[in-house]
Amino acid sequence: MDKAAIIGIGMTKIEARKVDKTFADMVFEAVRKALDDAGMTINDIDNVITTSNDFWDGRTISCMAVGDASGASDKNVSCVEGDGTFGALYGLARTLSGSYGTTLVTGHSKGSQSVSSLITNAAFDPIYNRMLGADMITACAMQANAYMARTGATSEQLARVSVKNHGNAMMNENAHLGMKLTVKDVLDSEMIADPLHKLDCSPVSDGCCAIIIADEKRAGKSKKKPVWIKGVGMCADAYFLGDRDLSRSESLVKAAQTAYKMAGITSPEKEIDLAEVYDAFSYQELMWLEGLGLCADGEAGKLLEKGAFDIGGRLPVNASGGLLGGHAVIAAGLYRIAEVVRQIRGEAGAYQAKKTNTGLAHGVNGLAGQSHCVWILGKDR
Amino acid sequence: MAKRVAIVGTGQTFHKSHRPDVNGQELINEAVQAALADAGLTMTDINAIIIGNMDHFEGINYVDCWSVDGSGGLMRPIIKITTGGTTGCTIAIGGYHMVASGMFEKVLVIGWEKNSESDTSGAITTAFDPVWDRRVFAGAISGLAAEAQAYMARYGATDRDGARVSVRDRRHALNNPYAQLRKEVTLEEVLASPMLADPIHLLDICPRTDGACAVIMASEDSAEKITATPDWIWGTGNRHSYAYLGDADYGRLTSMERTSKQIFKKAGIREPRKEINVIELYQPYSFGGIIWIEDMGIVPHGKGAEYIWSGATDMGGELPINPSGGPISTNPIGATGLIRCAEAAMQVMGKAEGRQVPDVNFAVSTGFGGCWWTDMILHGKNKPNY
Repeated sequence: MDKAAIIGIGMTKIEARKVDKTFADMVFEAVRKALDDAGMTINDIDNVITTSNDFWDGRTISCMAVGDASGASDKNVSCVEGDGTFGALYGLARTLSGSYGTTLVTGHSKGSQSVSSLITNAAFDPIYNRMLGADMITACAMQANAYMARTGATSEQLARVSVKNHGNAMMNENAHLGMKLTVKDVLDSEMIADPLHKLDCSPVSDGCCAIIIADEKRAGKSKKKPVWIKGVGMCADAYFLGDRDLSRSESLVKAAQTAYKMAGITSPEKEIDLAEVYDAFSYQELMWLEGLGLCADGEAGKLLEKGAFDIGGRLPVNASGGLLGGHAVIAAGLYRIAEVVRQIRGEAGAYQAKKTNTGLAHGVNGLAGQSHCVWILGKDR
Repeated sequence: MAKRVAIVGTGQTFHKSHRPDVNGQELINEAVQAALADAGLTMTDINAIIIGNMDHFEGINYVDCWSVDGSGGLMRPIIKITTGGTTGCTIAIGGYHMVASGMFEKVLVIGWEKNSESDTSGAITTAFDPVWDRRVFAGAISGLAAEAQAYMARYGATDRDGARVSVRDRRHALNNPYAQLRKEVTLEEVLASPMLADPIHLLDICPRTDGACAVIMASEDSAEKITATPDWIWGTGNRHSYAYLGDADYGRLTSMERTSKQIFKKAGIREPRKEINVIELYQPYSFGGIIWIEDMGIVPHGKGAEYIWSGATDMGGELPINPSGGPISTNPIGATGLIRCAEAAMQVMGKAEGRQVPDVNFAVSTGFGGCWWTDMILHGKNKPNY
């Protein structure tokens, strides 16, 4: 298969409420930054993928609202609904198809203009589940309980994820919610849905991220050193929560295996230098790290306590602050990709990890991690 | 190295205004099973799935995740692409790129819609900018009427010209057992039907439909092993031209013009009218059948109606358009563009039965939607020479 690389990234600051910006304004800012980062103009972009969601945007054909701002006028353009990593995967396919040398991918969300519980409730089956009033938080609380019951992960370990990631976010100028917390602070915070305290939950934020993917030929002409796409994988599990063993993530295992195989990675624990995973809730960081094979099943909490996932640890995880540090819903995974690019380039400033030859970025679609998308990025071709 | 891609199987449901006999997942599965049977494949052969629909119509968020029981997406890569009316064609273009990339060998593409459970006009109204446009254009019909009026003002066309297109598509639908509306109408009946938004009469426009369509795409490595008559994708393209209603050039479809030029140039097609044998046009209302063939370069601007009246686009004519009956006969929105793709593929593969156009070398399928957006695919009997 041909090679492709990420040659430009652009992130808006993630904020609670961007009162001064429309969807289009946010997208324009991120695209402008990504183009500047790549040393390109919009004329160098062959096609555009926007990532949005009609429910979150309150608009049918939500991609319409950002077509002009993403520079898609008179270009081939398409729109993926779901997390930005999935949009980026389609963008990669369009690049590798030989149809386009460069693909601009954007993902945007304004949580401030949305009602998260109603929107995620609409992802439940209209006949069997929706009227129960379940939403993403309650679904994930069930998953957290199942995971803790099976693996023995503790509330303190969950809280520690929040302490680490909110702490890391303090060093990231784009993060929404940098905070110096203690485990006690997290455990004392309001109980949202047992076992998830308020500080175990990511905020719902506003933000847009853009990346530029290029084929091998165009990557060679980029301003900065390209960050190579070594492997990608995605996979969906069962829809009904009762049809899954919620305490495990089989679809993540499979998505990761696909990505590792493509990247030629045989022992991820040794070969992955840093990871940006989808920590919408604190337990997820632990659970996903195990699903990704970055540590043994049931061991993530203990390793976390030993500092293994700190910026200076064995495997820095969410050095940027992750989703707990700022969660622009549809853009979240795309931010993970952009943050890994930053790390591999050595541009992460105060939260720069030491060894960053190979990084992993992760995105999620659906309820309680039904569908996963895994990206392996590398410094070397 | 990019792969050549072919459609190796298609399937669609029997389309009706209301399918209370199935839920959404079952509706999807009906099309998926039909496509797998057509290709002689099983679900285990499929490496990835692309699904599309309009989630505000269904009232279900994350349809890719919700539908895995019906789509075959369980423990497989599945992705959702949505672009409004163009969705069906967009996901077909998605399937092409996913296979051409070399990442996936066989990709199942699914479009669907259960319009009977939705308020389509209400949902479409939310497509427009909430501050500037939403209160001006309600639903789809008013915008289409503005386009038709602008064209009529420019070229002197009449609602009789529009009616002629409607008569054609509704007659063609008689040959399509899957079509929802299979009733021949006369010019007079179209003109006498209720005026919805001048000049669009009730019989000038598409119905609301429950239905699904599935298409299987495979790379060159396996396409010819699956079928002796694959439908080769020669080119795909699209344009989304603007976001605000006031920016459109009413009376012509600039997105169609630009997309056609891109695709025909790549395929070396200089005289589309002679080189293309059949078109499945996403034409939700009759006047689009006049205006858009001009923008596609089939006939010069202002000559669309004359060409339609000549019978050239009827079955048996120089360039039959919508042998299936088109969206005017069947319109499950998320599937409508994919049905065009499937029907064009069936024409190339020689599987179109009672609606087959003889000796199809090149076929074109299109998607229309968003706001005056065009998606387009060029299908060919022979392998692309590039």
